[in-house]
Amino acid sequence: MNHSETNKPITPCSGNCSCDGGSREKDPWTGNDGSNRRAVLKGLGATLGVAAYAKALAPLTELTQQTSMAEFLQKHYKELTTDEITVVLDRLTRETKEQYGADVTISDPKPIEGVKFGYGLNLSICNGCRKCAEACHLENNHDRPSNQSYIRVFEMTKGSMDFEKGNVHYEHPVPQPDKYYMPVQCQQCEHPPCVDVCPVEATWKEKDGIVVVDYNWCIGCRYCEAACPYHARRFNWQKPEIAAEEINPDQGYLSNRIRPQGVMEKCTFCLHRTRNGRLPACLEACPTGARVFGDLNDPDSEIRWVLENKRVFVLKEELGLKPQFFYFFDE
Amino acid sequence: MNLSLKRHPKLVWIGFAVLATVCSLAVVWAQKNLKASSDPESANVGRTLTVFPVTVKPGPPTPQLDTGLKDGRGTAITAACSTCHTSTTPNVSRNTADDLFQAHRGLSYNHGNLTCLSCHNSKDYDTLHLADGHRVAFPDVMTLCSQCHGTAMRDYLHGSHGGMNGYWDLTRGPRERNNCVNCHDPHYPEFPLVQPVLPPHDRISVPAKH
Repeated sequence: MNHSETNKPITPCSGNCSCDGGSREKDPWTGNDGSNRRAVLKGLGATLGVAAYAKALAPLTELTQQTSMAEFLQKHYKELTTDEITVVLDRLTRETKEQYGADVTISDPKPIEGVKFGYGLNLSICNGCRKCAEACHLENNHDRPSNQSYIRVFEMTKGSMDFEKGNVHYEHPVPQPDKYYMPVQCQQCEHPPCVDVCPVEATWKEKDGIVVVDYNWCIGCRYCEAACPYHARRFNWQKPEIAAEEINPDQGYLSNRIRPQGVMEKCTFCLHRTRNGRLPACLEACPTGARVFGDLNDPDSEIRWVLENKRVFVLKEELGLKPQFFYFFDE
Repeated sequence: MNLSLKRHPKLVWIGFAVLATVCSLAVVWAQKNLKASSDPESANVGRTLTVFPVTVKPGPPTPQLDTGLKDGRGTAITAACSTCHTSTTPNVSRNTADDLFQAHRGLSYNHGNLTCLSCHNSKDYDTLHLADGHRVAFPDVMTLCSQCHGTAMRDYLHGSHGGMNGYWDLTRGPRERNNCVNCHDPHYPEFPLVQPVLPPHDRISVPAKH
């Protein structure tokens, strides 16, 4: 290094390049030279980056803590053999005991041969008390803090049939004289759009007409929720919270067992009850007797009498989804 | 080696014994197989469907008036309706309890144009009566209701009116139906206003706040 070079004035860099020319001047504020500040900023950036990455991955680590290896490797419900399903049911029973402290029985009732379920609801009688929604909440082991239920009761202005304009958040005594009340739950469509859109075939229609979800196969993309024109599907934003003594121990794999976080759920006509011949919980809870349930294939069933003798309609008939849930009026 | 039967008569007996054993074994085997193959069929064909009953909750028991007195054992002393009503004169036009001062005070009544004696039996106050005068016991009150409420009764009989519990499939279990008076107060049959339960907390149909 010769004298002439050191005396040469340093040309300041325009700052538009990757060189470090001119950056070695002392910062007039801190007294440090630039390389030090750069290192600090780099370090800070890297730390923030790592922190953000860790934060972004946190749900995944939680998920791995919640998901056992056996659950991760579990096959699709339809591919499980009888022996395999027994193993799965045992594991789920054990996990419920570990996570919720409740002794439950998880069964896997199959569709009854030759039976096709149908549901009727008498709008002349329903008084909007929401007892059905409450019964569903309790029967199906829904998350307690969110008041989750498969049934939404719409308060409708008389003369209107558009439940999109109905109000579900009424708190006043019912029935109001100028209103009628329309409970809406899964309509168990013949052509269910929720099944069509599922990218992983985690939901399908069973032989008895019930649309079910394999909660262990669902990836929680919520396409089905968007596809359902009846707002009948619910998403488990959080791991359901239920006290052990409130858990309904009579559970079905495809119905009311406690769902994991991040999966879809829906009304199954209480298949753990109805496939064993019992009435659905919402029907038993109805204090007005507005609900009719039965086998559409049985010509002597109550539901068939309603279809043949009452003024019956289905919701959003124009969509062509052929709901198996029928509304009717007395007069 | 000569094994003629004449020379060795014992062989005949041995032969018989062997034959009998083989036959009996064959019969047992055949029976077992037949039974196994016919079992599923007989289960399907000869299956008798047990149909469980549909029971209707009984109506109210015959009313007894609490006199407010107690007997020596501390049991409340009650009186039959006829105890007082034998000494009163029936008033066929009475249709309110508002101005009564002895019994039935505070009874709110709103049931069309009916009078008390439209349903209560003035010849025997411990029973009710039909429009044609036939006596009806209190537990059988549904017969009385259905005289006027025929369409409700028709719907009831077809399972589309009135609450129920139990089984939709009567081959698997019984069902219990509500009685008219389980839900409707016969003196004030209109359904009362009720406070709804379980307000939803989800975000569907929340009224827009602008």
